[in-house]
Amino acid sequence: MATALAEGGIMRRPSAKSGIGSWLTTADHKRVGILYGYTAFFFFLIGGLEALLIRAQLARPNGHVLTANEYNQLFTMHGLTMIFLVVMPLSAALFNYFVPIMIGARDVAFPRLNAFSFWVFLSGGLFLYSSFIFGGAPNGGWFGYAPLTTLQYSPGHGLTFYALGLQMLGIASIASAANFVTTILNLRAPGMTLMRMPVFVWMTLVTSLLLLFAMPVIAVALFQLTFDRLWHSTFYNAVAGGDPLLWQHLFWLFGHPEVYILILPAMGIVSEVLPVFSRKPLFGYSAVVFSGIFIGFMGWGVWAHHMFTVGLGPYANSAFAVSTMFIAVPTGVKIFNWTATLWRGAIRFRTPLLFAVGMVAMFVIGGLSGVTHSLVPSDYEQHDTYYIVAHFHYVLFGGALFGLFAGFYYWFPKVTGRLMNEKIGKLHFWLMLIGFNVTFFPMHLLGLMGQPRRTYIYNANMGWGGYNLTETIGSFLIAFSMLVFIFNWVKSKRSGTIAGPDPWDARTLEWSIPSPPPEHNFDEIPIVKARDDFWHKKYAEDPAGRPVPVPVGAAEATAEGVHDDSEGGAHKIHMPSPSYWPLVAALGLPFLGWGLVFGMLPIIGLGILLMLGGFYGWVFEPLAS
Amino acid sequence: MAVETEAHAEEHATSLGIDNRKLAIWAFLGSECMFFGALIATYLLFHTHLNNGPGPRDVYNIPFTSVSSFVLLMSSLTMVLALAAIQKGDERGLRVWLLATAFLGMTFISGQVYEFTEFFKEGLTLKTSPFGSAFFMLTGFHGAHVTIGILMLLSLFQLSRMGKVPPSDSLKVELVGLYWHFVDVVWIVIFTVVYLIPAAKK
Amino acid sequence: MIGHRRRTSTSPPEQPGRGSSRRAIRGRRAALAGAGFGLLCLLLTACTGGPQDSLSPAGVYARRADNLFGKVFIIVVIVFVLVEGAIVFFLFKYRERPGQEAPVQIHGHTRAEAIWTIIPAVILAGVAIPTVKLIFDFAKAPPAATRIDVCVTGHQWWWQYVYATKCPAPGTSGTEGTVTTANELHIPVGKPVYLTLNSIDVIHSFWAPKLNGKQDVNPGHTNHMTLEADTPGTYYGQCSQFCGMSHANMRLRVIAQTQGDYDAWLAAEKQPAATPPAGTLEAQGLDLFLHGRNNSGKFPGGQACAGCHTIGGVEGAAGITGPNLTHVYSRQAFAGDTLDMNPENLRLWLTNPPKEKPGSIMPNLGLSNDEITALVAFLQTLH
Repeated sequence: MATALAEGGIMRRPSAKSGIGSWLTTADHKRVGILYGYTAFFFFLIGGLEALLIRAQLARPNGHVLTANEYNQLFTMHGLTMIFLVVMPLSAALFNYFVPIMIGARDVAFPRLNAFSFWVFLSGGLFLYSSFIFGGAPNGGWFGYAPLTTLQYSPGHGLTFYALGLQMLGIASIASAANFVTTILNLRAPGMTLMRMPVFVWMTLVTSLLLLFAMPVIAVALFQLTFDRLWHSTFYNAVAGGDPLLWQHLFWLFGHPEVYILILPAMGIVSEVLPVFSRKPLFGYSAVVFSGIFIGFMGWGVWAHHMFTVGLGPYANSAFAVSTMFIAVPTGVKIFNWTATLWRGAIRFRTPLLFAVGMVAMFVIGGLSGVTHSLVPSDYEQHDTYYIVAHFHYVLFGGALFGLFAGFYYWFPKVTGRLMNEKIGKLHFWLMLIGFNVTFFPMHLLGLMGQPRRTYIYNANMGWGGYNLTETIGSFLIAFSMLVFIFNWVKSKRSGTIAGPDPWDARTLEWSIPSPPPEHNFDEIPIVKARDDFWHKKYAEDPAGRPVPVPVGAAEATAEGVHDDSEGGAHKIHMPSPSYWPLVAALGLPFLGWGLVFGMLPIIGLGILLMLGGFYGWVFEPLAS
Repeated sequence: MAVETEAHAEEHATSLGIDNRKLAIWAFLGSECMFFGALIATYLLFHTHLNNGPGPRDVYNIPFTSVSSFVLLMSSLTMVLALAAIQKGDERGLRVWLLATAFLGMTFISGQVYEFTEFFKEGLTLKTSPFGSAFFMLTGFHGAHVTIGILMLLSLFQLSRMGKVPPSDSLKVELVGLYWHFVDVVWIVIFTVVYLIPAAKK
Repeated sequence: MIGHRRRTSTSPPEQPGRGSSRRAIRGRRAALAGAGFGLLCLLLTACTGGPQDSLSPAGVYARRADNLFGKVFIIVVIVFVLVEGAIVFFLFKYRERPGQEAPVQIHGHTRAEAIWTIIPAVILAGVAIPTVKLIFDFAKAPPAATRIDVCVTGHQWWWQYVYATKCPAPGTSGTEGTVTTANELHIPVGKPVYLTLNSIDVIHSFWAPKLNGKQDVNPGHTNHMTLEADTPGTYYGQCSQFCGMSHANMRLRVIAQTQGDYDAWLAAEKQPAATPPAGTLEAQGLDLFLHGRNNSGKFPGGQACAGCHTIGGVEGAAGITGPNLTHVYSRQAFAGDTLDMNPENLRLWLTNPPKEKPGSIMPNLGLSNDEITALVAFLQTLH
């Protein structure tokens, strides 16, 4: 097969530049980024609907909206969706679109591998959701503690879908992480030293390294679970001498770095947005970068704080309590530096700034409740209650999602060439901020008042009804704010004000090229002379340290300058050609998965054939069309 | 796999001066270290959990496994020779040594298949005990890695026959070689930790 | 409420007059309070209600944890006010004004950054010391002479308690002369109660918030924890590690009594069950309990009750899959502590257990109305 393809040249590389075919075969990092973005947002809406159903069930004591089993499936899928199918890929969307441009590259190191990562992610997501059709979704909670997740206690296919679906998403993450590590380390424009990189790029690098080392750990745990469920191995079978706690160690050894995988990209975005809208550089760039790296390292030494009540003994609990307390230090450093970035700035209240400040303000609350978790004897009370649910929504919704929304509003003009509507944007922000706090703040109280998480009903005499009703109202307010956002997106994309290359008077390289950027990003690879290079091309500093615009014409590479002859420069640049094969190879995975779930050898064979065929097509593909 | 031939290395020098593909392979192998690390840790946790089934000392045939380990070790040598051949411009030599490496790899896999069959006969399966589960998963995944390596070697062999591995493109061989040596090193660790240490305790 | 399904609704004695309407009003007020500081103030004042409120401890362990939390909470509030205050203040003070000079390009300030790295580290070190001390204090087993030992076994979805110093292996019955009961843990006040925790199936977590935090109940690993109650009362709790379908229905209560009451309860529990006189409805129930429909040993939906339940003193009733029923009618609630103990609820339960507790291991036995009547009558004798 391989020989025929290569020698006969039957399969030429696809060349469509528009239409559905072009999206299916694209290897352009910007288009892959857009695919990630829309797919993840679609999953975000599904995950949100799941949350609304959960909240509807809990609005009153002994609710009747959902059955126990439906409720358990929904909270499991809500968690899995928001973590693996929303926050991670939304970050990936922004990595894909902006990291190459921010370091002055024309694409990622491996464009086809990049497309492959996206298609595997999509396949994994659809595979996971196909469980709803095939007899029920996973219902063991997102961290799927064994032995509840083994076949004996969870018959049916739901948790096999969980094990195999997460495995696929892990493959996508590892491929993408290797790609971004290579891209960031190797494709930087001349002069773009590591310590001149935008903080967002730094955080992408740290996130990618965390993915690279954390994903294989969960992969092993998921394989063990898969083997236990499909072939009756005994890893988690306590009766046969297996150890359910092994799952918890492996899961959280992955799971805690995963938490930083979720939050670090948002921290990077905030570190870009705050300086631009304060019109002054990030306060303490090195401290922000190194605290990010430090968090990445320390993230490996705190996993057992998810397991304080497991019974690891006072020595382990003490060690992990102390390490958990001290990971608050670099996190605090970031917050103080962001606050100091606002100090003595000239703050422009545009929507991206509001979301960025919202992220910092909400993350502070999540961080502070996080510190209280490290008080182990008090955590014995907090653990697995709504206090924890409040905490991780403050860091993942208040932190990661607010940060990501700051990124959407900030970079929307770059991607579409048009500005988002400011009035609607601000309305969205305030609705979302209020809805978020009304939903999640009372959860702190409920947790301390003893409401455990993952319970589908509660008694009226517990006194939780009022707060729960409040939360449900808040959750619908969040849903409404999302409608406002979607409206704004659609409207602005169609008829927003034309943005121009640099609408925010920003600091980093992506604003030096047209909006939207041409396929090849840069006509000429920029030569970087400083951190915030683009800003320094626009402004000199007077003796007092205030920026003075460089006279027009003196700068050789203002946004206008690049814009002039973009058409002329584009012809000589070779860009990666589109390819069918990443999609073909990725499509093999769900078939392999379904084959394994149902024990159908032909389907397994089909999956393997698609994958092998895809890879061989990939290897033997002609270099250029 | 050495698949990305349109990396930007051709357009301008990379920032670190290392080829993109090589950097990515190193990143991937770092990831693989965590994968095997977790598998080995699981084995160490479970190698005494026998569930009344056979234990390491009952089933391991150290002399046999030593020989197959030696075979795999030798395959690293032939892999080095393959790379040396192509770097000297000897395409025929490349193909000979690639085949030799693949052959040694297949010998190792055959040995593993034989070993697994023997263990089955002695009553150790995936289902028997946590020890059995951990043993078969660890060595099985290693075997799967060797098998993928063999596929890559044979693909390289075929590519070379088609004239697609010229000396100027010796990096392809180097990349497959990196993977092959990694898989080999992992086996050294497995052989020591899984086979030799319990045997030494006897 | 006769004939209606009723979840446990006994208002706990130490919470007189806390109506749900008042809580609803408070909830609505919280909604209005909106984001930020207002809500935080609420946290300080609002958390004083509810039978599972961890912030109104009723025992030494919960109180020590609460004290630690309370002290650190003050630090947390100070940090919160300072940081959020600075953010809001800067946003107002440094907002862009028309005609304003561009800001000075400040890149950082090493000394300031060093200070805001070191100060939090010092504060956290100060927090770490009492935390570690408390961790070790909590892990210490009280001296054997002064404590009560109880073996707790988690089941999907109910709790088994065996009052013994040497715990039976999970999945076996308690030895002769020990007391075995379910869901309701009786303890004497002022005495440490040392729990030995095991699970027969999946991971559960034992939690009575007013008395102590939770400990996981693992299969294959034994854990311990200590409870102590100051005053007599009923302290509610529930399983807090997700354990499957009816996790929400795996509740418990700890009934703290004076030493005298506790001793009396223990003595009563040690008594075998009284056998009902022959020919009565109750005796008919016992017969069904032991031998199923028409002496066949089973009912349409499963085996006879005795296959799964033990009744002390009744020969042939020695099953250990379900709760020990020797004195079941003396309990305040049943079915994972979710249904108040009364004839109506027993009838409701026997009609279709999985409807009351989704996923319940006890199946719908397909009992006839008369069979249920006889069984309920018999169960009422087990007090």
